Amino acid sequence: MSFEEICQILKSQFGDAIEETAVDSCRPYVVVSNDKWTEVATFLRNDQRMAFDFVQCISAIDLLADDKLACVYDLAAMSPVSATEDMTYARELAVRVTTDRNNPQIASVAHLWAAADWHEREAYDLMGIDFPGHPNLERILCPDDWVGHPLRKDYAHPLEYHGIPGTTEHELKSPRH
Amino acid sequence: MTQFSVPWKQSPPLEYRGPARGIVALARMVYTMATPIVSRFPGPILLGAIVGGTLLVWAHWMLFGWVETIAASDVNGAAQSVWGQTLTTAEIGAYLDSHSIVASGILKYLLWPLQLELLRDLVGLGAIFGLFNLIPVYAIWWERKVAGRIQSRMGPMRVGGWHGWAQSFADGVKLVGKEDLVPEQADAMLFRVAPYLAFVPSLLAFLCLPLGSYWVFRNVDVALIFIIAMVGVEVVGVIVAGWASNNKWSVYGAMREACQMVSYEIPMTTVLLIPIMTAGTLNMVQIGDMQTGGWFSWNAFHNPFTFIAFITYYIASLANCKRAPFDLPESESELVAGFHTEYSGFRWALFFFAEYAAMFVVSALAVTLFLGAWHTPIPATWAFEEDSIVKIFLNGVLFSSPFWFIFKCFIFIYIQLWIRWTLPRIRIDQVLYSCVQVMFPIACVALVGHAVWMVLLDGTVVSDIIRWILGLLTAAVTFGFLSVAAFGYRNGRQMVGYLAVKQLPGA
Amino acid sequence: MADTIAPTNPADASAPRQADVRTEEMLVNMGPQHPSTHGVLRVVLRTDGEMVLESVPHIGYLHRCAEKIGENVAPYQYVPYTDRMDYLAGMNNNQAFALAVEKLTGLEVPERAQYIRVMFAELNRIASHLVAIGTYGLDMGAFTPFLYCFREREMLLDLFESACGARLTYSYITVGGVTDDLPDNFVDVCSEFLDYFEPKVDDYNNLLSYNHIFVKRTGGVGVISAEDAIRFGLTGPVLRGSGVKFDLRKAKPYEIYDRFNFDVPVGLPGGTGEIPRGVVVGDCWSRYYVRVKEMIESVKIIRQCLRDIPAADEKEGVCHKKCKTVKLPDDEVYLEIENPRGQLGFYVKGDGSAIPARVKARGPSFCNLCVLEYAGKNCLLADIPAIIGSMDVVMGEVDR
Repeated sequence: MSFEEICQILKSQFGDAIEETAVDSCRPYVVVSNDKWTEVATFLRNDQRMAFDFVQCISAIDLLADDKLACVYDLAAMSPVSATEDMTYARELAVRVTTDRNNPQIASVAHLWAAADWHEREAYDLMGIDFPGHPNLERILCPDDWVGHPLRKDYAHPLEYHGIPGTTEHELKSPRH
Repeated sequence: MTQFSVPWKQSPPLEYRGPARGIVALARMVYTMATPIVSRFPGPILLGAIVGGTLLVWAHWMLFGWVETIAASDVNGAAQSVWGQTLTTAEIGAYLDSHSIVASGILKYLLWPLQLELLRDLVGLGAIFGLFNLIPVYAIWWERKVAGRIQSRMGPMRVGGWHGWAQSFADGVKLVGKEDLVPEQADAMLFRVAPYLAFVPSLLAFLCLPLGSYWVFRNVDVALIFIIAMVGVEVVGVIVAGWASNNKWSVYGAMREACQMVSYEIPMTTVLLIPIMTAGTLNMVQIGDMQTGGWFSWNAFHNPFTFIAFITYYIASLANCKRAPFDLPESESELVAGFHTEYSGFRWALFFFAEYAAMFVVSALAVTLFLGAWHTPIPATWAFEEDSIVKIFLNGVLFSSPFWFIFKCFIFIYIQLWIRWTLPRIRIDQVLYSCVQVMFPIACVALVGHAVWMVLLDGTVVSDIIRWILGLLTAAVTFGFLSVAAFGYRNGRQMVGYLAVKQLPGA
Repeated sequence: MADTIAPTNPADASAPRQADVRTEEMLVNMGPQHPSTHGVLRVVLRTDGEMVLESVPHIGYLHRCAEKIGENVAPYQYVPYTDRMDYLAGMNNNQAFALAVEKLTGLEVPERAQYIRVMFAELNRIASHLVAIGTYGLDMGAFTPFLYCFREREMLLDLFESACGARLTYSYITVGGVTDDLPDNFVDVCSEFLDYFEPKVDDYNNLLSYNHIFVKRTGGVGVISAEDAIRFGLTGPVLRGSGVKFDLRKAKPYEIYDRFNFDVPVGLPGGTGEIPRGVVVGDCWSRYYVRVKEMIESVKIIRQCLRDIPAADEKEGVCHKKCKTVKLPDDEVYLEIENPRGQLGFYVKGDGSAIPARVKARGPSFCNLCVLEYAGKNCLLADIPAIIGSMDVVMGEVDR
């Protein structure tokens, strides 16, 4: 099933919730409206034609120019499980869900794909996107008391953490080093 | 060029003060002098050390024996009880004069103290303690060499020159020099005591361990029970260590040791009843002397049940001294280091001394009870009739000597090392299963079977045939192993792979 | 009073109740410094005696902001950082990132460079699996296979050193090709190594894989069904150990993998062929054994590479001329390759400049580790190292 066919099914099912289909992109993706994301995700997971059972990756991105944050879900549907035949991806789909930068919230899909659990925690930790409905939304890579979300474009590097001095890029370029 | 400087203050090199200075200087001097010599003549020195050590022990034994003779003989017409009262120097001098021995004036003063039992015991204790220390030191060195060879590397090669023979001494010096740490939250008293609780019992086991018919410090009638008890008490040290460390991993190690002990002790003591039944005594010297006359009279080949008992005992003894695949109390990949996680320095070394000494003790039990103790496989009577002092001496040294005993023990220690570096570790439930549900029934069957055999078949032709079969089986296995080893030695001098050859020292 | 104590462990509900022994649950910290967590993984275990009721992994002790760095340097400069992610498979990481950037920018890679890439990716797969197998033996208490594996890996590292000068962090495969052509006698030396190496795999099997104790320790432990494996997004040998014959080299061939003839090993039930009894599909042993078999398949691929590799072309070289100056279009790409530990994906978003707007790595170890909470339940304490070891995690990649 090609990207266009998937888009058509999605559009016929959800109409305006599919905000954009970037066909010409190097890796085509659809943009799904934030408030319809749970329905779309459930449809992608459970519908017989879609059956995307595999989460490849969830990448949080910072669209500073648009004052938005976004999550890119790379989903795939595996061909029927087999121990003798070489399996392939039956179809792949990239979905982008954008959210407001000041109050970033994207519905969690951890109940649909167990793999999304840690990916969402990572997005929460590093990009500060809240995932309502996530079973255990805690920082995963940074310490629990870390301030800020390091992967945001406007993130200011702390100069002190529990008495450990930090270095800024300016300092590194100074003649002292 | 910019100098790399460390921001923190560099401490000056450690200066030894007081007596430590002299000891260190002496140690350095000995090491500097010994290293080139040992590196040049390793073979003769090894042989010389063995022969010299034996002659020393023999000389001191003969000397004591001589004084005993003096004491027992008729001096000045008055009969002396052997240890009833002390001879005076004048009496000794008179005896020497009557036998026209030269230099009796000085000799009588030298011989006089030898009749004191306390002095004999002190000398004997020194010998036992020296043996007790030397065996772990060289077992550890040997373990590292064996492990190295098994893993296609060299093992220790540097300290002392020849194949790193002084490696364990160097490690010992390092360990003694380390800070004696006690964790803040630990039960300090128990934490300090625990290593001794593990160390002292294995030392005590050595006291009753006969290395030969006459080479025993205390010939106790219940030696076997005493040794098993001492090996068992060692476990208490391990449990106390794990508990006192106040570390969860240590507690796990201690509990595993406790758990393991109650499972291996049952089959082990059950199979030990079999040689006791055969010999009818608990005296280790008597059990050993019963097996004189070549492999044919060794307990292990007595009948199939004793053979099974021997193998069962050996497996259980692996669990006893915490060797792989039963090294659960200290399994380093699960419990960090198990019961000795929090230990360092000298106290840690004590645990290792105890472990390697226990390895020797359980191997010695296997040898004494099942494999002919200090006797050769070939009956010594084939070589010498014991009709002169020289022949008795040769017989004692070459055929029924501590060499055979220690040699056999080290074969079993080698098998322990071999297993350690070959097999993975089993799980605690599998330990319990194998000990209680597999080995214990086998032990029971062997015990009953042996009893029935003793009543029905002992001394018949069937018994002799079975002995021959079992003996030939063992001989075939031994010969096969030796030929494989010889083949490996001949063709495997170079390490495997072109890379290893180039890079390893001494290859 | 004793009768009121209910079994704390639901799995034991059917077991006879040992009501006379009052047990207390204990929380144990396994790691971050622990011999068998393969780095700085911390697992909090809720234990009842030797039983582990729950294990919760905590990660992040090796977080080095690799993705943030990616937003500050050009792709060509970022390649060395990818080495530091999965430091046991540097070549494969380089390859994944290079392929993602090449797909985004449309850089063409010379054919010889593609062969070299595949060859080194497979050599590094062998090197990485050797460490995985060796350390897994170590986790099970068998020390010797570890050193045998490292002996062979040492020779592989010599091969890498001869090609790029580095032994661990290669940065050899780079955007647009590889940094340097092969040394003159590489084909001969490499074939010699393969001839030497192939029989060694039998040694490992005889020493470790088919060892009765080893099978008892790993067979039927930490079983993950095929459905669960896909649900948790597991990849690589962990997925294939669960009987899912999915390999990106076959499913979605990148580079020139479609030219080679090789097989994808999967976990098989015990008793079939050489698989010992007691093994269940999806257990630790299957995951381990898939790695052993993959080494043989890698050898096959490398042999074909050595046979087919085109001669060096002075004019074309082995790297695209614009590799250092290429600009990234305002677009995004997500590309996965089959790393030794699973599917390593790179999400790269450009913004028209030479520096990416976002680089995100999907670490296979990261995704595989999340199943520990599910698999490390109601097992014995000694099974936890077995399960973690069979995942073959590299913390540098989990924490990035």
